Amino acid sequence: MPQHEQILERLMAHLERLAPPDSNLHPDIDLVSELGLDSVKVMDLMLDAEDEFDISVPLNILADIRTPNQLAQAINKLLESQ
Amino acid sequence: MMSLFDKFQSLSDARHALIQAEPSPIGTRIDEVLSPTEGRVDGRSVILAGTNNYLGLTFDPDCIAAAHDALDQEGTGTTGSRMANGSYVSHTRLEEELARFFARPSAVVFSTGYMANLGLIGTLAGADDVIVLDADCHASIYDACRLTGADIIRFRHNDAGDLEKRLRRLGERTANALIVVEGIYSMLGDQAPLREIVAVKRRHGGYLLVDEAHSLGVLGAHGRGLAEAEGVEADVDFVVGTFSKSLGAIGGFAVSHHPQLDMIRYASRPYIFTASPSPATIASVRVALDIVASRPALRRQLWANAERLYHGLARLGFELGPEPGPVVATLLGSPQQGVAFWHGLLERGVYVNLVLPPATPGGRALMRISVSAAHDTAQIDRIIAAFAALKPMLDHHGHE
Ligand SMILES: Cc1ncc(COP(=O)(O)O)c(C=O)c1O
Repeated sequence: MPQHEQILERLMAHLERLAPPDSNLHPDIDLVSELGLDSVKVMDLMLDAEDEFDISVPLNILADIRTPNQLAQAINKLLESQ
Repeated sequence: MMSLFDKFQSLSDARHALIQAEPSPIGTRIDEVLSPTEGRVDGRSVILAGTNNYLGLTFDPDCIAAAHDALDQEGTGTTGSRMANGSYVSHTRLEEELARFFARPSAVVFSTGYMANLGLIGTLAGADDVIVLDADCHASIYDACRLTGADIIRFRHNDAGDLEKRLRRLGERTANALIVVEGIYSMLGDQAPLREIVAVKRRHGGYLLVDEAHSLGVLGAHGRGLAEAEGVEADVDFVVGTFSKSLGAIGGFAVSHHPQLDMIRYASRPYIFTASPSPATIASVRVALDIVASRPALRRQLWANAERLYHGLARLGFELGPEPGPVVATLLGSPQQGVAFWHGLLERGVYVNLVLPPATPGGRALMRISVSAAHDTAQIDRIIAAFAALKPMLDHHGHE
C-alpha cells in the first residue's frame, strides 16, 4: 500500500499537467486561491487520482480539501479503509 | 475583515477586463423580440440564433391562444405550491399528458427544469447512496447532487468504459447507484452513447436518469428524446426535462416507469416550497407537447437546418462540436477572442451565445448557436456568411 509520500508524489505529477505553465507547485499550495485552478480542473484532478490509485474519491470530500497534501491524506485514508 | 462581497471581486474584475461596454455578450439586453428567430439588439435587427427555441414554438398561434385563454380564465399566477393551492386541473392534466406522451405511468411537473433536477435527484439519493454522473453534466445536476449528501462520482464525458470502471470500483454499492447522463449535452451538442451506457447498467445494476432537456422534441420518432431514438427507453428509469427549450415556455418535469415516482411529491423540497407554474404557462406547454407529437415535420426541419449550419461551418474550417444537432458549438481560443467574435457577429446581424470557461468543457471559449425549426434557409446561410467573414480573426490569433 503506497505511503503518503508516494501518493503525494504521483498526485504532483498529475497536477503538473493541469497547472498553468511555470507555476510554483508545492504540496501545500492552495489549488484554487494560489494555483488558480477552477472547480472543473480540480474535479479533473480527482478523475486522474481515482485512476492512479484505483479508488473512488467522492466529490463531496472536495469541500474540505485545499492542497495536494490534504488530497493525499484523504486518498491514503480511503485506501486504508478498503 | 473581509466583506461578504470581497469574494466576487476577482470575478467582477475579470468580467470588466473582458467587457467594457454595452452591448455585452454576458446578459445581453434583447430590446425587442419580433419572432422566434428575429429581434433587435443595440439598435440592430438580428437573427436570433442563441435561444434554445428548437422548434420555434414561442410564437405558435395555438400556444399563444391557449395561454391567453388560461390567463383570462385562471388569472396571472397560482400564488401557491403544488402541495397547497397551486395544483389546478391543468397542472394535473399536463402530468397525465406527459405520462401518456412518454408511455410511462407517472409524471411530476416542477416550476423549472433546474428545479426538476434538484427535486428528483436531490430527493431520490440519500446520504448512503452514490451518484455516478457524466463529467459534463449541467450545473443543475451538480447542484442537485450536493443536496443529497450522497457520494458523488464523476466519469469521463461520454466514456461508457470509464463509467464501467467507476461502477466496478463501487462493488455492491452499484445496486442503488444513480447514473446520470444527458441526451444532448448543452455546450457541445453531442449525444450520450446511451446504448453503451445501458449495457453497462445492465451488467452492474443501478438506476439510470437521462436529462433530455435538449433532446425532447428533437430526437426520436415521437420526439421523446435520445432514449427513444436509441430504442432503450425500458432501461431508462427516470427522464428529466424542461419546458424552456423545445416547448417554448418555462417549467420542468420528471417521468418514470416506477409508479413510486409519485411519492417524491411528499419529500421533494424544490417541489413543495415554491409556487407552481402559472396557468398560462401550463396551457401553452400542453399545446406545445401536442405539437411535438403531431408535427414531426418540425423535427425534420430542425435537423435539416442543423445539418446545413454544421456542415457549412465545417467546410469553412471552424472547429466544431463532434456532431450536428440543435446546438452547434464553435470552439474559439481565448475569452478575449470570443468577445471580439461575438461583437463581430452582432455587427453582421447575428445573435448567438458566448460561453466562457469554466462553464465550457476543456476551458475553451465557445460560440454556442441554437438552431430552430423556425429558421429559414436564408437565415442559416446568413449565419454561415457572418462566421465566414470573421474567420480571419481566428486564423491571425490562433488559440490563446
Ligand atoms: C441539461 C439541462 N438540464 C436542465 C436545465 C434547466 O432547465 P430550465 O431552464 O428549465 O431550468 C438546462 C437548461 O439550461 C439544461 O441544459
